[in-house]
Amino acid sequence: MAAQGVEFAQVSFTVEGGRSLLNDVSLTIAPGSTTALLGRSGSGKTTLLRTVNALVRPTGGRVLVGGQDVSQADVIALRRGIGYVIQETGLFPHMSIERNVGMSLELAAKGKSEIAARAAEMLQLAGLPAEMARRYPWQLSGGQRQRVGLARALASEPAVLLMDEPFGALDPLTRAEMQTMLRELLHRVGKTTLIVTHDLEEALYLADRVVLLDAGRIVAELPAGEVRASEIPQVKAYVAATQRGGAA
Amino acid sequence: MNEFLRHHGSEIARLTFEHVWLTASAMLLAAAIGLPLGIVLTRQRRLAKPVLAVANILQTIPSLALFGLLLPVPWLGERAARLAVVALTGYALLPILRNTYAGILSVDAALIDVANALGMTGMQRLRKVELPLAASVILAGLRTATVTCVGVATIAAAIGAGGLGELIFRGVASVDNGLVLAGAVPAALLALGADGLLGLLEKRMAVRR
Repeated sequence: MAAQGVEFAQVSFTVEGGRSLLNDVSLTIAPGSTTALLGRSGSGKTTLLRTVNALVRPTGGRVLVGGQDVSQADVIALRRGIGYVIQETGLFPHMSIERNVGMSLELAAKGKSEIAARAAEMLQLAGLPAEMARRYPWQLSGGQRQRVGLARALASEPAVLLMDEPFGALDPLTRAEMQTMLRELLHRVGKTTLIVTHDLEEALYLADRVVLLDAGRIVAELPAGEVRASEIPQVKAYVAATQRGGAA
Repeated sequence: MNEFLRHHGSEIARLTFEHVWLTASAMLLAAAIGLPLGIVLTRQRRLAKPVLAVANILQTIPSLALFGLLLPVPWLGERAARLAVVALTGYALLPILRNTYAGILSVDAALIDVANALGMTGMQRLRKVELPLAASVILAGLRTATVTCVGVATIAAAIGAGGLGELIFRGVASVDNGLVLAGAVPAALLALGADGLLGLLEKRMAVRR
């Protein structure tokens, strides 16, 4: 499927009891671009991400994917067109790697040989050897599991790719390897990608644009290249916080 | 011993068969009700508390009393075996219901999230993710229910429903320990056998993570 843009129009989300997790968020994501949603824990970045595939239903405003209002869409069809990657736990433990990766095709009632072929292709794309197909998630390392998660999300050829702290559970070396792989892969496949992270380096390395959220609001939206030099106080604070190791 | 078996062997075999039949019928019935109902409760969670409470109360009624209480019920009271199967079903229901409900709810929320995000329908999620991952817990419930059923079924003889309890009751009445054992030992073996078999199955269903 061709990459589709995503638009948030005055999106709000208030939970029962009145606590507001998203507050009047408006944002346009260009087709084929990679955007990082950056912010501290509880800033609303994951909630915002989950409005795109309707895992969260906004209490106000609209979310558009490819120009279509998510709240009006057939939710099953919508989700099948959107890839979703989460931290480590996302693989089905009772299914082989091949079945995990091919699940979107299995749901679309494709034939066995087509599923096997696509799974093999996706494993290769994610940099995994073909013999992984027959293994089970518990037999894989954290990094390998994350690659499988990515392969699964891409197998349906989604128009949009959502990633929620995809590398949050990995050690720094594996994390760096995965970032290199993902960056290269995103350039190749050209998906509209939204990545939730609290890691500034990761955001700058992977994304074209960076959106900083704080307490459910967007406080800055910048091209990745302008983040370090930004004069916006919240951005400056975030940048400063990541440079305390004395590197600068 | 040999003498005893020559006298009672065929009777023991017949009563064992009756016992298995009572238990198996009740288990099938209880599973047919408990499994779907347990699944429905995970979808309609506000119903869970009252329904589980009713099953719980059922479980606490002394079995002899339950058999007695059901005796005057029109259609049920006509045939002792019919009544026994219904009462046993009541006892088997709670473990099946409770474990089905708890097993499905214990599936990792992140996996449910992913299942939804992949665009699974509710039915696909149930079949492909929730039931396989809850299988060993559900089987544990079936196992508890079966063992309970085998035990309680001995009481069914008190209302003339047959089964191994008949030998036990007769043995107690005539102070004949041999007769009591002739009923109790096969009943115990049945319970152990069912427990072991279902335990094996349960282990095979467990998912490594």
